[in-house]
Amino acid sequence: MKRQFLSGPYLVWMLVFTIIPLAIVVYYAFTDSITGAFTLENMGAMGTYFPIFLRSIWLAVVSALICLVLGYPVAWCIAQEKPSAQRFLYMLVMLPMCISFLLRTLAWVSLLEDTGIINRLLGAIGIGPLPLVRNDGAVILGMVYNYLPYMIMPLYTVIMKIDHRLVEAAQDLGCDSGQVFLRVTLPLSVPGIVSGITMVFVPAVSTFYISQKLGGTTSTMIGDVIESQFKTAYNPNLGAALSLVLMVLVLACVAVMNRFTGEDESVATI
Amino acid sequence: MRALSKTVTILVFVFLYIPMLVLIVASFNTGTDMVVIKGYTLANYNALFQDGVLLPLLLNSIIISVIAALVSTVLGTAATLGIHRMGKRMRRFAMFLTNIPLTNPEIVTGVSLALLFAFAGQLMKIKTILGFGTLLIAHITFNLPYVILSVQPKLTQMDPNLTAAAMDLGCTPVQAFFKVVLHEILPGVISGALMAFTMSLDDFVISYFVYGPGFVTLPVEIYNYTKKPLHPKIYALFTLLFLAILLVMLLMNILQARDTARHPGSPAAAPKKRRKLDTRRTES
Repeated sequence: MKRQFLSGPYLVWMLVFTIIPLAIVVYYAFTDSITGAFTLENMGAMGTYFPIFLRSIWLAVVSALICLVLGYPVAWCIAQEKPSAQRFLYMLVMLPMCISFLLRTLAWVSLLEDTGIINRLLGAIGIGPLPLVRNDGAVILGMVYNYLPYMIMPLYTVIMKIDHRLVEAAQDLGCDSGQVFLRVTLPLSVPGIVSGITMVFVPAVSTFYISQKLGGTTSTMIGDVIESQFKTAYNPNLGAALSLVLMVLVLACVAVMNRFTGEDESVATI
Repeated sequence: MRALSKTVTILVFVFLYIPMLVLIVASFNTGTDMVVIKGYTLANYNALFQDGVLLPLLLNSIIISVIAALVSTVLGTAATLGIHRMGKRMRRFAMFLTNIPLTNPEIVTGVSLALLFAFAGQLMKIKTILGFGTLLIAHITFNLPYVILSVQPKLTQMDPNLTAAAMDLGCTPVQAFFKVVLHEILPGVISGALMAFTMSLDDFVISYFVYGPGFVTLPVEIYNYTKKPLHPKIYALFTLLFLAILLVMLLMNILQARDTARHPGSPAAAPKKRRKLDTRRTES
């Protein structure tokens, strides 16, 4: 059929603007910044950045798990409402994402600072000031705040689609509400959990703004290092090597996560 | 169980909206600090409209988002039609390409495009290749997958006999497309276009790597501003934007509610903004 050719421009576009750029990343990662000759030096430098990679992964995993614990009840509650209320609540979940995440992160800084709103409230009742900002906890808070909607969206989609008759059947067969949740609702929401965790983990592990504003001197993340290689240190070759490792890492994580949902089952977010 | 979930839900909504509240309150503050409230004023709004920088930046953002959304919608819809007719192997390849920008961390996409443009600049011996063009290319690239993923389900749901019927009744394939197919997939096309528009308007990470001094968008410049103390007129701008987005969303909500009331059989319109990350999407 001729209509296939309609996708020609798209395929060419994607080849030129995604595949070739990634090939260039690989090329830069394995060449010297001055001579342009092949070198393994950039990749060899990865050892130095290993602790930063590890910390980024750790912070992102913790954030994704917190998002899951907070997001699941929200998604579940929204799914129990009437359709019109569901749409409205869903909109409320998405709305914050439309506002500059830089400014929202700055707002958190002003909430958490030593002279910030929370510490002043605590001070009024005689506590603190607590060191709420410039530490890993604040970075996790910032990531949970920014990426929580990405967790709620797929969870909601999956929970909404669960056949209510299954829940009723379980109740008829003598399950209490805890058992219904553990044996029916939770297993059926696994695809949503998997896609939610990936959707939080990927942006969280590669973020570069949140840690600069909310983190301390030791909370540098891999995104910050990559950004500085391109914007301040001007070593694009090292930056490309770091990006390459980050990309491979993320793809590996996504592939592992997708295993959990089975071979031919599409993750339930369209 | 239920009570606990409700409590968590309420707390989460409070958590999501506290920073917004801080921004909105700060926009009316007479002082420049986000926290210390000295008094209430509209001077920041006045300053915003007198200011010759922020509004043109917003206009830049809107220009790039509209063009990127239009181009990616046309290109993406055409691509979806083509992919729909492909054999299994070609389709798998096309969907693999589609999933790359969705799965890759944004910073990697930004860096890879920055390197491509630097490389192209060297080849063409242009010193300042970064600017409107590179920004537009980047935005179209990350928008395309969202358009495809939102048009595709509508095309799969469509009865394939409709096109055949239109052609039996004397339509040329082009007429059949505009009179029948487009009508069927229109909701997907529109939601794809809207998604592309909002993704573009928000985008900071990718834009930050491919923008040039000649053409800057609002989120990128905000980043440059946040290195120093901010003038509260920026909060005023975002309060207004927040209200505008809230209004648009409420409007869409009402329209959707009407639409579902009119067609009770159709499934509730799918929520709009969503990221998709699985790499092995199979046809359902």
